[in-house]
Amino acid sequence: MKRMLLIAAASVWLAASALAQEPGSAPDQPLADAGQEARAQALFNDVRCVVCQHESIADSPAGIAGDMRRLVREEIASGSSDDQVRADLVRRWGDYILFKPPVEPGTWLLWFGPLLALVGVGGILAWRGWKKRADAAAEAPLSPEETRRLEELLASGAVRPDPDASSSHD
Amino acid sequence: MIVEFGAFALLLAFGLSILQTGLATAGRMRFSPVLAGGAQGAAIAAAAAVALAFAALIFAFVTSDFSVANVANNSHTDKPMLYKVAGAWGSHEGSLVLWCLVMTGFGAVLARARSGAGSDGAGGGLPFGLKTSAVAVQGALSSLFIAFAVFTSNPFARLDPAPFQGASLNPLLQDPALAVHPPLLYAGYVGFSVTFSLAVAALIEGRVDTAWGRWVRPWALASWVLLTIGITLGSFWAYYELGWGGWWFWDPVENASFMPWLAGAALLHSAVVTERRGALAGWTVFLALLAFTFSMLGAFLVRSGVLTSVHAFAVDPERGLMLLGILGLTAGAAFALFAWRAPKLTGGGLFAPISREGALVLNNLFLTAGAATVLLGTLYPLIMEAATGSTISVGPPYFALTFTPLMLVAFLILPAGPLLAWKRGDLKGAMQRLAVAGGLAIACGLAGWLAFEPKKAMAAAGLAVGAWLILGSLAEVAERTRLFRVDLAETMRRARALPLGAWGMTLAHAGLGVFLLGAVAETAFKVEAGAPLALGDSVQAGAYSVRLDSVHIIEGPNYLAEQGRMTVERAGSRPRTITAERRFFPAGGQTTTEIGLDFRGLDDVYVVMGERRATPDKAQAWTVRVHWNPWARLIFLGPLIMSLGGVLSLMDRRLRVGPAVRRKAVVAS
Repeated sequence: MKRMLLIAAASVWLAASALAQEPGSAPDQPLADAGQEARAQALFNDVRCVVCQHESIADSPAGIAGDMRRLVREEIASGSSDDQVRADLVRRWGDYILFKPPVEPGTWLLWFGPLLALVGVGGILAWRGWKKRADAAAEAPLSPEETRRLEELLASGAVRPDPDASSSHD
Repeated sequence: MIVEFGAFALLLAFGLSILQTGLATAGRMRFSPVLAGGAQGAAIAAAAAVALAFAALIFAFVTSDFSVANVANNSHTDKPMLYKVAGAWGSHEGSLVLWCLVMTGFGAVLARARSGAGSDGAGGGLPFGLKTSAVAVQGALSSLFIAFAVFTSNPFARLDPAPFQGASLNPLLQDPALAVHPPLLYAGYVGFSVTFSLAVAALIEGRVDTAWGRWVRPWALASWVLLTIGITLGSFWAYYELGWGGWWFWDPVENASFMPWLAGAALLHSAVVTERRGALAGWTVFLALLAFTFSMLGAFLVRSGVLTSVHAFAVDPERGLMLLGILGLTAGAAFALFAWRAPKLTGGGLFAPISREGALVLNNLFLTAGAATVLLGTLYPLIMEAATGSTISVGPPYFALTFTPLMLVAFLILPAGPLLAWKRGDLKGAMQRLAVAGGLAIACGLAGWLAFEPKKAMAAAGLAVGAWLILGSLAEVAERTRLFRVDLAETMRRARALPLGAWGMTLAHAGLGVFLLGAVAETAFKVEAGAPLALGDSVQAGAYSVRLDSVHIIEGPNYLAEQGRMTVERAGSRPRTITAERRFFPAGGQTTTEIGLDFRGLDDVYVVMGERRATPDKAQAWTVRVHWNPWARLIFLGPLIMSLGGVLSLMDRRLRVGPAVRRKAVVAS
């Protein structure tokens, strides 16, 4: 019974895959010009497949991704620049279509946020380190009495000197 | 019956976790070792109860009990045993029980840690107050997550009537790497819950000292190692199971696992400074809170359905809101406590900007800025859509322009750090000692530029940076063992005397370099080709040609496959036969590809079997795609070397705090 079901399923599947030749999934025809094809390949990685989940049209096996690849190749073959192809894709599908969002007021935080984080966190850490050193420097120096006691303590061997102070290693 | 028992055990664990929090809080306030001991017992019992619940769930999957909704939705009688068991954590509900198991398990380990004697002395256990507070916080976290499992995502819910057959696990997930990927990943994610609890406890106690740093670091290190292996396995799975030839897509869910990794890497470096010098106390506490907050954020992103991703569990938004509530409550409370108490955390050694501490601060700066970048890139489309209604996509090109430069700068600085002394370092001396490594790295970059076609200057620079990381790390070991400056026997003696932690650091940094070499070579020089092939035809990718020899239908345990046998040939080397499959799973009606991989040294020849179709002259043909991925092996080898470095560090005697539990056990036996 199980075997028969499997065979039935298999024949349906094989028939379906043999029929799966709707124009949408025709195999990719690379452009004849190697330079143009390389440009097309590079562009594919930046373009999001509209029906998939976070896949570029370079990766997607979906039929529509094949159509989009063909569209990009046609535009490149007809002499469009990369930017013109991108602009055309955005005109058809919106900003969503490109994995690289545009730089505009709404995305300033996205594009400059990393730099802001670097400067901000760096500023906080630098300021705190500076303040701590300044505070320590501002503290009153040891009185002669304290200096004498410190020397006594160190000489008696009761306190180990800081082992990390001189070695460059652990 | 066993299933009801499991549901009961989970409910019991919820009660025990609440009890743990209550007893520990009371024990801390009254300084009562008895109450604190009760809390520790509750923590261990809670872990045992969740373990029983998890065992009951696995039992239901192994016996294919389709009266349990979770089993019916995710299993099938034809599935191989490994995937029946792995099905227990293949769904939202089951994986949540695993999450709770790890959380209570770590809580039990924390509860068993030695406490008392010598609150700040070397080898001393956790101070009573710190430990009891940490147990209370860990219990509170556990009870929140167990409550979420019990009340919104019951993994033991029954179906009536029970179906005769299950819907089966998504065939993409039926893979050995993916069977072990979630447990490792969760152990890493949830391991940070302990650093979180210890950080909150330190804020409550108002004291962060070197002993605290010594306690936090092993947890941070262990969690980071597990997360590294978990992410690497996940990436490897995506590489060979999805059949796209890619290994990292900057997909939101990948980012969700990457953020805690970055925060954890920053934490374990910052904890070194706190442990050795008592400095950066507030910052280390902040990172300890941040790492687990990112873990919870990841859980929310994956399980709420707010993201579209290949990895996301399809779950209703209501549960997402609950998770957002847990995230807001715990992280909100913790960071509020941080804002209130952190300014009082003072003390610790002073250091000059150019010093080991200074280098570690730079490391933290770049890692946190990197984590912030990943956070922005992941959340920005959501925020933008909510705020303005316009949709954008943030993908690989964005991260290549923001995250990658940040990391490259950090990599350039990295080898100098270990050569600087604590407190005040000698940058000029460090640079002199790195001169040979730097020269060799530039030579490697040039060699890479000559060896690979087409010529790409950026890629050659990337290869030089990878070599710089490896050679710079080795230069530090050479320096410490006085290599070539004393005789070999003396060098060997010095090498054996180096602490394991030093070897661990060297391996981890060199592993990063190995990864970078692979990532750069694969990204810049991979070649992809595809063509419909009739039997006997070939397709060429780079130096390799792949010939389709035969195609058979084969029958697997729960699938049928069209298997293509192919020969991979390269001029001047032995041809090899590989097989690639296109599998059909009748249970779910899905099709997957099983790629053929020919390992050629460091390179992969990666072959995907496509659909059957006709050639222009109506002959039978199959679409075959071939990727030549140079040095792809290094991409996965590098992180494994990094984890090995972490394991070595963990084994360092100096990190073994409070080993008394084991010692006592030995004495008793």
